[in-house]
Amino acid sequence: MSLLTTLARAEAVRAGRAQPVATVRHRHLSGRPLVLVPLTAAGEAAAPLGAMVGTDRDAPVLLTVRQPRDRDLRFGFLARLADVVLPYLESYADDVDTELRKGEELEVCADAPQILVPSVPGVDYVRLLGRSMRFRRTAEEDPDTPFPAPPRVPLLGRWLTHYAERARTPGSSLLLAMTELLGRHWATGQSQLEDQHLGALLAWIRGGDPEEVERGRDASGQLLTPPAGPATDPAFDNRLLAKATARFDAGIPGSGDEIDALLASQLRPTWDAVWEGVTLLRELAPGTRVPDRWTGDRWSYTGHRDRLRAGEPPQPRRDDATTAARKLASRERAQAELAAGEALDDPLVMASRRLAGEAFAGTVTGVEMAMSEGRSPRPRPLVVLETDDEPYLDPGVKAHRVLATGKTQTAEVVETGADADGPGPRTVVLRLTSGMGRGKTPEEGSLPEPGDALCFTLFEHTARSGAKLPDPDDTPWTHGGPPSAAPADGPRPAEAPDPVTAEDFL
Amino acid sequence: MTPTPGDAATRATDEILADTLHGTARGVVVDSPPGAGKSTLVVRAARELAAAGRRLMIVAQTNAQVDDLVDRLATADPGLPVGRLHSSDPHPYDRVLDRHAAVRKSAKIGDLAELPIVVSTAAKWAWVKDVDPWQHAIVDEAYQMRSDQLLAVGRLFERALFVGDPGQLDPFAIVGSEQWAGLTYDPSTSAVTTLLAHNPGLPQRRLPVSWRLPHSAARLVSDAFYPYTAFRSGTGPGDRRLALTAASDGGAADRVLDIAAETGWGLLELPPQHTPRTDPEAVTAVAGVVRRLLERGAVAHSERSADGGEPVGPDRIAVGTAHRDQAAAIRAALAALGVRGVTVDTANRLQGREFDVTVVLHPLSGRPDATAFHLETGRLCVLTSRHRHACVVVSRAGIPELLDEYPSAEPVRLGVEVKFPDGWEAHQAVLAHLAELRVRM
Repeated sequence: MSLLTTLARAEAVRAGRAQPVATVRHRHLSGRPLVLVPLTAAGEAAAPLGAMVGTDRDAPVLLTVRQPRDRDLRFGFLARLADVVLPYLESYADDVDTELRKGEELEVCADAPQILVPSVPGVDYVRLLGRSMRFRRTAEEDPDTPFPAPPRVPLLGRWLTHYAERARTPGSSLLLAMTELLGRHWATGQSQLEDQHLGALLAWIRGGDPEEVERGRDASGQLLTPPAGPATDPAFDNRLLAKATARFDAGIPGSGDEIDALLASQLRPTWDAVWEGVTLLRELAPGTRVPDRWTGDRWSYTGHRDRLRAGEPPQPRRDDATTAARKLASRERAQAELAAGEALDDPLVMASRRLAGEAFAGTVTGVEMAMSEGRSPRPRPLVVLETDDEPYLDPGVKAHRVLATGKTQTAEVVETGADADGPGPRTVVLRLTSGMGRGKTPEEGSLPEPGDALCFTLFEHTARSGAKLPDPDDTPWTHGGPPSAAPADGPRPAEAPDPVTAEDFL
Repeated sequence: MTPTPGDAATRATDEILADTLHGTARGVVVDSPPGAGKSTLVVRAARELAAAGRRLMIVAQTNAQVDDLVDRLATADPGLPVGRLHSSDPHPYDRVLDRHAAVRKSAKIGDLAELPIVVSTAAKWAWVKDVDPWQHAIVDEAYQMRSDQLLAVGRLFERALFVGDPGQLDPFAIVGSEQWAGLTYDPSTSAVTTLLAHNPGLPQRRLPVSWRLPHSAARLVSDAFYPYTAFRSGTGPGDRRLALTAASDGGAADRVLDIAAETGWGLLELPPQHTPRTDPEAVTAVAGVVRRLLERGAVAHSERSADGGEPVGPDRIAVGTAHRDQAAAIRAALAALGVRGVTVDTANRLQGREFDVTVVLHPLSGRPDATAFHLETGRLCVLTSRHRHACVVVSRAGIPELLDEYPSAEPVRLGVEVKFPDGWEAHQAVLAHLAELRVRM
């Protein structure tokens, strides 16, 4: 946690209100997101109780499982979920742009569907649902399968798996948790764990008593604001749901509707809270670099669409060595670019980087033209900057800034003032080394003038892409060789998707 | 009769070289405790492999390590052609290498591929393609290399010698990697972990003698950080001596220096308090100890110094911290005292380096909590194993209590080998030893 966030949290405690920690919105927010509020049955993995889902705040679709241990009812629920979610996911598949990548014209979807869940455990639950569905076989795929899944359920499993996997990429926005989104933009006076309670988090932001929201119960002992799920409150389970389920099991007329109403009472407040969060976030203008990151999400969506169209098998249970390394590398790049991008988009974020000594802002007090040596001398002007910040600078360190054109200019620290360690402003002498064009004189706008206010960062603005990793078939001996060639007694290779999976153990 | 340290080390080296040159296994793993002659081993193995006519590539982790290794190789054998594969950035390698006529530098592997030895970083090697695989590789600092980096270069060699220190800082990823925990090829784990998981039969050797650590430190570092793979010091009690020329002024800094000069260790303890990371009083205390050490004219007597000993100048002193801002604060404090030339850096950057005296700001000093980062075994191990003579630890009081309040709470994951000792235990072991050598401010 940065010093400024700590300060914001302390101020939030004193004011009793959340404090902003961002001046722009750092994540993409779709104009038509799909909100999914799932509930799960206690004591059993991936046994959904119900969900509220839809794209219209005023018309949520309520799906319930009246007896979560009944597999047929569960399949029925998943089939109905697929009926709501798949048309939404597929509605973006055919509206495409073309983009030039490495000299090739490629098709990319113009926009992508976005799923919002209330909290981080909701993201995990989407992953779990995807995992439980994607290896299922339908009667059409395999007439002999003993418990065929409804037609579109495995497909939904593959989409949810893709979305949950993409959610692990820093800065991605295909699947977002509302608590994370709000927590990125506001600091509350409670712990980050407590921020996972969406109701309490909203109470900090819009005013209200967060503790009352979190703990307040009515005369019958039920929470006034149910938790954001997917877990339910034990008091609800024990006193209300258990009885209703018993009546349903006994076949008492009307008991099914009773369960539906009970689940709706737990889901609706969270549903409204997610949409309230959407409203709050829409008031913030998106950061300049947000659309670029969303482009990555569009590519991700397009890639999965293409894999489905090509008839590829479902995502394997485990990544092979190359896929794991590739994912880790791309997420590390995404993390570095996200951290840089948020700072460049948002002066408040940049301020915390400056406080941490990773960036500095100041006023130009002098510019001296100089040329590089060599056969074709290039401009290497010296810029003297006066700053109140305390960056960790040593001669030779690289610093970067964004030009008006959006390009990045790199400079090298030549020296820091003799009083560099004392209080008060210090001078930094930098030699600009790039971003001035190809000519002998710097391009218009690339050379600062005395009096200009500049902000340099010590971190790079883009992450270098790593070297290509070997294909899985060329996995070296150090990593066990190609997955298919692993010896029988050696470590188990990453499993290929099982073509005839009958049961899917979690 | 136990063999002398020299004999034990020679025998271990001979076995390693025999495995490497004449063994049948595709890989040999060598564990080396701090200062056990790892670089010497790498240079010797490289020369013998080259002499045997094996095309050799060497993989190190940082450019500084590569330059250091090439410099050592060229110094040991000025006639041996060595290739230094470097990046295309400006100033891609240390100018020191220009002194060696037999060292060829290039950013293109095509210029170097025919040389008997080519050295580069793992990151640069990963870009090499369209060349015949090397017959042999030496992977230096293999425990600091990530599994995914080895994956990217593994195709380049047929056999390899992996050398590293298992007690230092593990590699890390800046994003979560829990989803791969327990897989043999978890990309965020160390290269050696993956290598051994897939090739369990590879010979594993150990260098048994630390030539850097003094007798007073080897036992503690061995017990605290290498409990199942003990090593000993190459020097005996009394072989190393630190003498302070000027008398003590009776202050806390001087008293702790006297204790450290005599016993090899010292703990300067400040009153307990929760502080920001850059605790001003602790920073001042660290700077004060360094200043007094220089002012009092420390002289180091060791097996390799002349009769009168060697003065401990600023270049022979290091200050180690956990965080960069702490290092910056101490640098500023030293500059304000007019002290220049002392190395002040974080544990990550002090890895592999050696000094006469080190002053360490304890990673847990002044903290209200003990996170996995601050408890990491490797961090404390690096900080307390850089010295040839003495190590002074500066800390707020109350760390044993803090440790008791924060037992290790990292989740245990299926299939992940538990590392011993854990940081909690290592911290307790070091503190228990230091408690008897404590000076309170």
